[in-house]
Amino acid sequence: MLRRLIVVHKEVETGMIKAENVQKWFGPNLAVDRVSFEVSQGEVLGFLGPNGAGKSTTMRMLTGFLPLSGGKITIGGHNIEEEPIAAKSMFGYLPENAPAYADMNVQQFLAFTAAVRGLSGAAKDDAVEKAIATCHLGRVRRQSIDTLSKGYLHRTCFAQAILHDPPILILDEPTDGLDPNQKHEMRELIKNMGKDKAIIVSTHILEEVEAICTHVIIIDQGRLVFNGTPAEMRAKSATAGTVVVRIRGVAFIDVEQAVASLPNAGKPSLTSKHEGAITVSIPIQDSKKKDGLAAAVKTLLDSRNWAFDELHTDSGRLDDVFRAITSLDSAKKEADQ
Amino acid sequence: MRNTWIIAKRELASYFSSPVAYVFIVIFLLLMGFFTFMMGGFFRYNEASLLSFFVWHPWLYMLLVPAVGMRLWAEERRMGTLELLFTMPVTLAQAITGKFLAGWLFLGFALLLTLPMPITVFYLGEPDLGPMLTGYFGSFLIAGTYLAISGMTSACTRNQVISFITSVVICLFLVLAGYPPVTSLLLKWGAANWLVEFAAGLSIIFHFESMQRGVLDLRDLIYFGTLTTFALFTTAIILRNRR
Repeated sequence: MLRRLIVVHKEVETGMIKAENVQKWFGPNLAVDRVSFEVSQGEVLGFLGPNGAGKSTTMRMLTGFLPLSGGKITIGGHNIEEEPIAAKSMFGYLPENAPAYADMNVQQFLAFTAAVRGLSGAAKDDAVEKAIATCHLGRVRRQSIDTLSKGYLHRTCFAQAILHDPPILILDEPTDGLDPNQKHEMRELIKNMGKDKAIIVSTHILEEVEAICTHVIIIDQGRLVFNGTPAEMRAKSATAGTVVVRIRGVAFIDVEQAVASLPNAGKPSLTSKHEGAITVSIPIQDSKKKDGLAAAVKTLLDSRNWAFDELHTDSGRLDDVFRAITSLDSAKKEADQ
Repeated sequence: MRNTWIIAKRELASYFSSPVAYVFIVIFLLLMGFFTFMMGGFFRYNEASLLSFFVWHPWLYMLLVPAVGMRLWAEERRMGTLELLFTMPVTLAQAITGKFLAGWLFLGFALLLTLPMPITVFYLGEPDLGPMLTGYFGSFLIAGTYLAISGMTSACTRNQVISFITSVVICLFLVLAGYPPVTSLLLKWGAANWLVEFAAGLSIIFHFESMQRGVLDLRDLIYFGTLTTFALFTTAIILRNRR
């Protein structure tokens, strides 16, 4: 809350990245179908979708690499097709698979990208040094890029994207090929930069969304199927709102009978049984009224004097929602054809 | 302008950071010497001129320049760096001229390394300086034209072999266009006279000949300029439509 207030005070620039009804045809195939979204300063947008859903194609249109078949994209207020140079100098881009010039070494490569970004002299050297420090590339700075390991290659390309400190970052699978420690560090980096930049991150790793994103969009078969916050996405889960309770010394039948009297409680199920304790999941009946069930269960347990050592409300699982949204949609589309 | 030079510098550095540049220069000089002295009969002419040297340039370039040009775009496409380059604040024209300039400067550098040739000639006799200068100039223009053409074929594909072969064939056509076997074949196919003349006018040899004799004709300059610009523009169109 505090952070939001501070950001508001600095006058957030809204709509730094703006896509309106973006379309892309590859011959007779519609790869991206009227996708619209917006990213403002201080937001990290997670761009989700199964492989081949059109994530990279959309990223390539955002960055001006691929021409649009329809719709409009503005980056920092500049139309990417009408003012490509102005728009392109607003962002840093990490393409999929982290391409880099294999015949250069890390430092030469970064110096080259800094020069193309308009930096020169001491400013260029500073930017390169800072990027090398931020991405921990000191050890390989004189190493030829074609001999780098995948993790280093990825970080070199990431360094290229952030070195001119752009207000907008467009990152296609930024943690791909990194080990768990590097992944963690990369996420922290993105989260920190997300405070005053507009960032869009494509990924298919859902824990990443939980960790860094303020907003989520899901694209499937070229169409936008979800647009909201990670919490809203989780709430769509079938298990969201389910109350899980672990009770000692009581038979499941008794619990089942007792719960049946509660309002808005569905049929409970026994999830596990261990050393005299049973874990029971009680789903909600009406998904619109989420609150209150946990309290009702607690009152019930207290009134019967049943001892419990765990009671919580499930907030839903992102991968459930992701699977439900994308597979449902694919099935429907296949049925259509 | 600044971006063009930054891109050209990077490209030039990449020639010399790999064996490409050194292999090219050594082979170029070896073949140049071989053709001039053994095939061209440099000494047999018994005159202080570079005719038997320049006459081989269109032929040698035909094989060697596509080897330089084939990687210009095919390599970027294969490595994925094309995406990086075209999402930076660089225009298509800057990228194309930058890369072309780098290749051309490199070829010019290789050509400069043949300077012992004219020095030898000056040592042996009293040659005309004019034809030598225009000959070198023409040779440099041919290299640029071939380079632009192989850059164009390179933009079409991610496969350097395809790019190489296609540009060799196009350059071969430009060399052969004026030769009687080609023109008579065209006539036999029933081509109109003006078409045959047009084809003959496309011949590199025809335009290079006068330069070897020391004549700097505006029409020859226009010919090389047009071919090069046309190839560079086509490269731009290909890159715009095929990413």
